[in-house]
Amino acid sequence: MSDLVLEAGAKPAKAEAPELPAATAPGYWKSVAGRLLRDKVTMTVTVILLGILFITLGAPLVTHLDPYHGSVLTRLKPIGTPGHWLGTDETGRDLWTRLCYGGRLSLLAAIMPVTISLVVGGFLGILAGYVGGTMGTIVMRTMDVFYAFPSILLAIAICGLLGNGLSNSIIALAVVFIPPMVRVAETVTTQARGLDFVEAARASGSTTLQIIRYHVLANVLGPIMVYATSLISVSIILSAGLSFLGLGVTPPEPEWGLMLNSLRQAIYVQPYVAALPGVMIFATSMCFNLMADGFRSAMDVRLNK
Amino acid sequence: MSAALKLDPPNDPRDRGGPAQPLLLVENLKKYFPVRGGLLNRQVATVQAVDGVSFRVHKGETLGIVGESGCGKSTTARLLMRLMTPDEGSVVFDGDPVGDRHGISVSEMRRQMQMVFQDSYSSLNPRMTMAESIAYAPRMHGVGRNEAFERAERLLNRVGLNPALHARRYPHEMSGGQRQRVNIARALALEPRMVILDEAVAALDKSVEAQVLNLLTDLKQSLNLTYLFISHDLNVVEYMSDRVMVMYLGRVVETGPVESIYRHPRHPYTRALFASKPTLDPDRRTQEMPLTGDPPNPISPPSGCRFRTRCAFAQAICAEKSPALAEPLAGMPEPSHLVACHLPEAQAARVAAHA
Repeated sequence: MSDLVLEAGAKPAKAEAPELPAATAPGYWKSVAGRLLRDKVTMTVTVILLGILFITLGAPLVTHLDPYHGSVLTRLKPIGTPGHWLGTDETGRDLWTRLCYGGRLSLLAAIMPVTISLVVGGFLGILAGYVGGTMGTIVMRTMDVFYAFPSILLAIAICGLLGNGLSNSIIALAVVFIPPMVRVAETVTTQARGLDFVEAARASGSTTLQIIRYHVLANVLGPIMVYATSLISVSIILSAGLSFLGLGVTPPEPEWGLMLNSLRQAIYVQPYVAALPGVMIFATSMCFNLMADGFRSAMDVRLNK
Repeated sequence: MSAALKLDPPNDPRDRGGPAQPLLLVENLKKYFPVRGGLLNRQVATVQAVDGVSFRVHKGETLGIVGESGCGKSTTARLLMRLMTPDEGSVVFDGDPVGDRHGISVSEMRRQMQMVFQDSYSSLNPRMTMAESIAYAPRMHGVGRNEAFERAERLLNRVGLNPALHARRYPHEMSGGQRQRVNIARALALEPRMVILDEAVAALDKSVEAQVLNLLTDLKQSLNLTYLFISHDLNVVEYMSDRVMVMYLGRVVETGPVESIYRHPRHPYTRALFASKPTLDPDRRTQEMPLTGDPPNPISPPSGCRFRTRCAFAQAICAEKSPALAEPLAGMPEPSHLVACHLPEAQAARVAAHA
């Protein structure tokens, strides 16, 4: 077959602009970004999260007090005390400072497990979903075994095996989150695999890896990322729970769950101060949840034929 | 319409056997799908989707495949492209068995044979622009990025779409006819010798369908292609094909040149099929007997000839032996017109009232 030569008189492809304006619509991801920017709830929540991120990462900028030292003479001061605007904890450390520094470890414990499970679980799930067959069944049934345990129990069991400490609790939470991630990834990939354009790509002779990279991934990452974002809020709560039980971060490190635990006894003395770490956990978790909702609506627009 | 047989130009480097060798030779293709049920999801039955299909496609011709829904046309197309592996049978592409050690590999065959699907929307990746979709296959086969995109824009031009307008568009921003043109352009991106069109125009409006059919004819002549045109629309098949193959429940019942099939259909099923074409012309009347009986179950098809439960001429031999595709037993023999029927009286050509 001869080379595809243009007919005489046909315009060369890139040469000039036609009479009509070159109507190129924004790409899919750009239109998702556009919808996100117009969604007020998501934008508000993102601003709040950025604020939380700022005060935790930039803690030395917003407070000059030491999160590790306090005077027993100033223990359990109420909210509004001059010098300690959010009060002090049971050993006299300034609560606002502890909340700021504690946010670092809490957010780390929230985001790291989700990231790990996204990479590992996403990869396993996409592979199991696309290749299917015996390997897919083996992967999915193995995941089902872990999935059967309630997450907090599984996390406690793994922490008990590995020991205390932040890194161990991150590992434990990552293991807890991998099975649901694999499940979501596998479902979405199986749906994408059956679509005609994937068959057309197979018919054009590309390898499995090429098809996954160019066709499956783009269509599958959306739902997976939305699910991962909603997992962050779960992760905050679970890691706080682990610290509360003494399995995660150890004192004197500030961390919201640990602070909840140590302030437990003070709940009859200074209830509002004791509740503050819980308020932070709730706020952060809620914000991530709403953000995940916003992502899902932005990406879920029916693309009309 | 039947175009004269176009031959591969003698200097086509991929031609391996000249005009006399069929481009595609399919023998005894079979595909059975298991039906699972009961305890432990055991296999309880099989759907015999394709049951011993054999045919050949000559270089430069268009072979039309007609049949009702469920007769196995699309499954045959997918078996040819090896999107499913056949349970039995062989496919020989220009003298080389496909998938065999001594022949060509499946990926080599896919460089020479491509497919256009029915649903124009789901055949395109919704996250890729038109140019990216077309350039994808060449890039996967090693063509450089810029060259692949240039080829994509040339192809868009070739199928009648302005690349300045359409190259960076997404599938949801284009109409069905435009998308199907892009599908055709994508199929041509690897410069195949043969294109399988699986109900490629079925989902289009009539006017758009006419444009796309004319485009296909134009491309076939200028690019020296061979087509396998699958459709349930008898008029379209008559317009496009040089030869026609009629399928019923996974088997070929009749095959031959298009005028011969359409003017002198020999098989009772083919005649009933043509008689079912609706028309507003009061002078077009058919004396064909209507189809009787229930449409059979593809899971447990009738023994012997599959059509016997609906055939007005059925006899004992029809239940015992499956008829093979052979020369017609009644009427004047036509070149390469083959029928699968035992009974001469069933084949006795009644000239269907025809405009």
